[in-house]
Amino acid sequence: MDLLSPIKDHHSERRLFIARVALASTIGILLLGGVVARLVQLQVVDYEVFAEQSQGNRYRIEAVPPTRGLIFDRRGRVIAENLPAYQLELIPEQVEDLDDTLQRLAAMKLIAAEDIENFKELSRSGPGFKPVALKLRLTDEEIANFALQRARFPGVDFQPRLIRHYPHGEATAHAVGYVGALSKADLERLEQSEYAGTNQTGKTGVESGYEAALHGDVGYNNVVTNALGRRVPADSRDVVDALPDNVTAAPGEDVYLSLDLDLQLLATEALRGQRGALVAIDPGSGDVLALVSAPSFDPNKFAVGMSTSEYSALQNDLDQPLFNRAIRGAYPPGSTIKPMLSIAMLETGATNLQHTTMCIGYFSLPNSTHRYRDWKPEGHGEIDIVNAIAQSCDVYFYELSVDLGIDNIHRYLDMFGLGHRSGIDIRGEHRGLVPSREWKQNNFSGYDARWYNGETVIASIGQGYMLATPLQLASAIATVATRGERYRPRLVAASQNTVTGERTLYPPERLDDIRLQDESHWETVILGMHEVMQGAKGTARAAGANAEYQMAGKSGTAQVFSVAQEDEYDEDEIEFRLRDHALFVAFAPLENPRIAVALIVENGSSGSRVAAPIARAIMDEYLGYGDDAGN
Amino acid sequence: MMRETDARLLDTNRVAPLGEFGRILKRLNLDGPLLGGLLLICALGLFVLYSAVGENMRLLVNQMVRLGVALVAMIVLAQFPPDFLRRWTPWGFAAGLVLLVLVLTTGEVGQGARRWLDLGVRFQPSEAMKLAVPMMAAWYLHDRSLPPRFGQLLLLAILIVVPTILIARQPDLGTALLVAASGMIVIVLAGLPIRLIIALAVLSVPGAYGLWQLMEDYQKQRVLTLIDPNSDPLGAGYNIIQSKIAIGSGGLFGKGWTNGSQAHLEYLPERDTDFIFAVIGEELGLLGALSLLLLYMFVVARGLYIAMQAPDTYSRLLAGSISLTFFVYVFVNTAMVTGLLPVVGVPLPLVSFGGTSMVTLMAGFGILMSIHSHRKLLPH
Repeated sequence: MDLLSPIKDHHSERRLFIARVALASTIGILLLGGVVARLVQLQVVDYEVFAEQSQGNRYRIEAVPPTRGLIFDRRGRVIAENLPAYQLELIPEQVEDLDDTLQRLAAMKLIAAEDIENFKELSRSGPGFKPVALKLRLTDEEIANFALQRARFPGVDFQPRLIRHYPHGEATAHAVGYVGALSKADLERLEQSEYAGTNQTGKTGVESGYEAALHGDVGYNNVVTNALGRRVPADSRDVVDALPDNVTAAPGEDVYLSLDLDLQLLATEALRGQRGALVAIDPGSGDVLALVSAPSFDPNKFAVGMSTSEYSALQNDLDQPLFNRAIRGAYPPGSTIKPMLSIAMLETGATNLQHTTMCIGYFSLPNSTHRYRDWKPEGHGEIDIVNAIAQSCDVYFYELSVDLGIDNIHRYLDMFGLGHRSGIDIRGEHRGLVPSREWKQNNFSGYDARWYNGETVIASIGQGYMLATPLQLASAIATVATRGERYRPRLVAASQNTVTGERTLYPPERLDDIRLQDESHWETVILGMHEVMQGAKGTARAAGANAEYQMAGKSGTAQVFSVAQEDEYDEDEIEFRLRDHALFVAFAPLENPRIAVALIVENGSSGSRVAAPIARAIMDEYLGYGDDAGN
Repeated sequence: MMRETDARLLDTNRVAPLGEFGRILKRLNLDGPLLGGLLLICALGLFVLYSAVGENMRLLVNQMVRLGVALVAMIVLAQFPPDFLRRWTPWGFAAGLVLLVLVLTTGEVGQGARRWLDLGVRFQPSEAMKLAVPMMAAWYLHDRSLPPRFGQLLLLAILIVVPTILIARQPDLGTALLVAASGMIVIVLAGLPIRLIIALAVLSVPGAYGLWQLMEDYQKQRVLTLIDPNSDPLGAGYNIIQSKIAIGSGGLFGKGWTNGSQAHLEYLPERDTDFIFAVIGEELGLLGALSLLLLYMFVVARGLYIAMQAPDTYSRLLAGSISLTFFVYVFVNTAMVTGLLPVVGVPLPLVSFGGTSMVTLMAGFGILMSIHSHRKLLPH
C-alpha cells in the first residue's frame, strides 16, 4: 500500500463502524416497520375484504383464447381456417400423479410414450391452472374410449377447440407456414399473458410473420368455483354481481395474401416429384403470386400435433421437405444472371450493340492455356450481345467479363438486390452471395485472399462463389421487366378487422429504382431475352412456341459442386445428385409486364428443357391462356 | 467494558453457560446464540414448508438433507480463522469471476437463463459471489486507513459492479441485486461519507433508468405489474394478487397450520419457494409472521454484535456485511410477497424450499462464528 496514506487509527475506525451500524440499524428498523405496517394493513385493517375473497364466494379467472384470423389468397379463397375439434387437455394442478397419468394415457395410445417428458416439462413450466394440450384432434373412437375411462383421469378431459386447418395443405405450406404447439422458447419470446389461453402459435411463413395480427387479444372469464376449486354454475344474483367484469377476447385479423391459389397449385403440380422451387412476382407491386418449394409437407400435421418420431422423420428426410428452398435455398444462379450482367456491360461501355466476339467453343485468359468451355463445344461463331443472350453464349461473357471486372459485376448485381435479403415479409431468407474483392479478402487467407481474373470469368456465368435464392432471382428479373422499378416482395397485401369489417390495404413498398445512363439498354437486354423464348435460335424456343403473347426468358444450368458423400447413398443416387441444376427466369408480357417467374429444378440437368416449360405454364395460367382459359 | 469482555473470553477454562453442550460448541468454534436463532428459524421453516408442499414427507426430508449440508458448510467455515480467509480472498474472488464468465459462455440454460455450471456438480457461481464480493471489498479496505478516499471508492465500485453485471446478464436480477448490496454495505460500513450516500441516492434515479434499459422484458413486466397488479391478472400480477389474498385472509391468528385454503387449493403459485411467507401469513396469521420476523431480527442483531466485537477491519466489515445482507434478504422477500416491491425472485432465507442459497447463507454464518470464536487468537 502507498506510504502517503494516513496511519490506521483503530479506535476511530471502530467508532466510525459502530456509528454506521447504528445508522444501518435505524434504516433497517424503518424498512422492516414498513413491512410490519403492510402486514397489519392486510391482516387487520383489510382482513374482511381478503377473508371474503379467500373464503366466501370464490372465483377464478379463466383465459379465453382469441379466434385466430383466417388467411385468404388474393381472390378471397380460403388458405387457412379454423375447424372445430375435440382436444385432450390436462390441467396440471388437478392431476395427482403426473407421471402415472401420462403413462396410462400412453398405454391407451392417446399420447406417444416418447412425448411424456415433453408434457411433463410443459406441465411444470406454466401456471398450474393453465391446461396443457395433449392431443389436438381426437377421433370419434378416441373420444368414446376416453369417455369410458374418464373417472380414472382426474384433471384430464376433452374440450371443444378450434384447430387450424389448411385446405390446400402442402401447396401452401412453405409460403403460409403453419401453427404448432407453443413451446417454452415461444413463451419466452411472446407476451405470456396474451397467450394465457392459447395453445398454438405461428411457426413459419405468414403464420409466423403476421403472428401479431392473426393472434388477436386474450379475454378473461370470471368463473365461480367450489371449495375444491372446481367450476360450478353461479347460483345466486349476489355471486354474479360480486364477480369482476368479463373481458371479451378480440379475434385476430384476417389476412389477404398476394398469392394466387391457382398459380400456387399449378406450380406445386409442376414440381411434384422434383426437388426445386418457384417464385412468381407481380413486377409492378412486388406481390408474390406464387411461392412453392418442393418437396413439401402437410402443415395440418403440425396444427394437429405429431409425435416426436413423425417429426424427426420429416426432419431427417434426405429431400428436406421442411426446407423452404424458395427463400432459403442458395444456388449458383448460372446463366440466369446474364441479363443483369449485360446491363452492366452496356452501361460501363465494356460492350455495345455493334461489338461482336468470335466464339470458338472456349476461352482462355492471356498467357494461360486453361480453357473455359462454352456449353456448345463447336462454338457460336461471330456473335453480338442480343444473340449472346438468346443463345446463352458463354464465351462472349467470359471475354467481356475481364474488361467489366469483378468490381463492376458486384456493383451492378448488388443494385438488382442479389447478395441481399429481399426483405420479404416472412422470416428465414438466405442472403445469397455476390463475391467481391473485399469479400474474398475477409473470407480467405494468404494467396487465396486475392481476387483472380479466372474467378471473374466464371462469375460471369453465375458460377464459382456466387449464390442466389429463387426469390432473389425472381425479384431481379422483375426489375428487368419494369425497366428498373423495384418493389419489396411481399406475401400479404391486406388485412381485415373481423369485428369492424374495416380493411387495411398495404401499399406496395417501392425501393430505389435502377436508373441507367441510357434507358435503351433495357430494351437491348429484353430483346435478347425475348429471342431466348421466341427467336429462331433461342435456347428455350421450344418452351416459348405457340404463344399468343410476347415473353422474355433466360435459362440457366448450374453445376453442382459437392454433395455430402455419405455412405448410405447408393452409387446411382450420388450420380443423380451430381447432375446440374436447371434454372429459368422469365417475364411477360414484354410491355407492361404482369408476371415475373424464377424457378429451379435441382439436378434437372437443363434449364431450357426442364425448367422453361414450367415457367411458360405459369405465365399462361396467370395471363389467362391456361388450359382452362375458356372456362 | 471492552477489556472485561476480552478477558472473559480469553479465559478458555471458563465453563460456558450451557455446560457440556457449551463446551462442544466452543470446541467447534460455534456461537451459541447465533446457532440457536438460526435453528429456530429453520425449525419454523420446516414446519411451514411441510404444509406448503402439501404435507409431502419426501420433499420435507429432501429439505432436511439440504439443511444438513448447509449446517456442515457452516461448521466447516467456522474452523477457518479470519486471517486465513483473508489471505485467500483475492484468489477466491478471481476464481469466482472466471466461473461467472464461463457461465455466460458455456453455462447450462434453465428457464431462459444461464445460471448453472457443470463442473462435476452443478452449481451457481453467482451464489459464491454473494460471499466473495463482500470478502474482496473487506480485503481491499483491511490495510487502508478508513474512511476510504475517493480513488479507493472508485476501485471498490469496479470490484462490485463487474460481478453484478455478469450476474445480471445471466439474467438473474435477484442475485445481482443481493451481490451488489453485499458489496455496497461493506463500503457504507467502512465510512462512505454521508454526503456521498445521499448523492448516490439521488443518482440512483438515472441509474434506475439505465437498469430499466438493461432489463429483460419479463423483468420490466414485473415492475409494471407491481404498480397495477390487476392490469395482468393471469400473468405477472397473479402471484401478487393471490399472495395478498392469502396473507390478508390469515388475519391475526391465521387459519391454522395446513388449513390455508389459498395455499392448499393451489391458488398461490410458488408457495413452497419465493412465496412461502404468504403461507405463513395465511396459516399462522400476523402473530406467526411477526414471530418469524423477530427471529430474523435476533439473528441480524447477534451478527452485528459479533461485527462490533471483531478485532480487525477485515473481520468487522465482513461480519457487518453478512449480517446486513441477511437482513436485505428478509426485507426484499417479505416486501415482495406483501406487494411492496416487485417480484425479483429472492427466496425467504432458510425457509424457502431449495438448497443453493441456503448453503451460501449458512457458510456466511460459519464465517461470522469463526470471526467471533477466533478473536482471542488475534493480536489486538
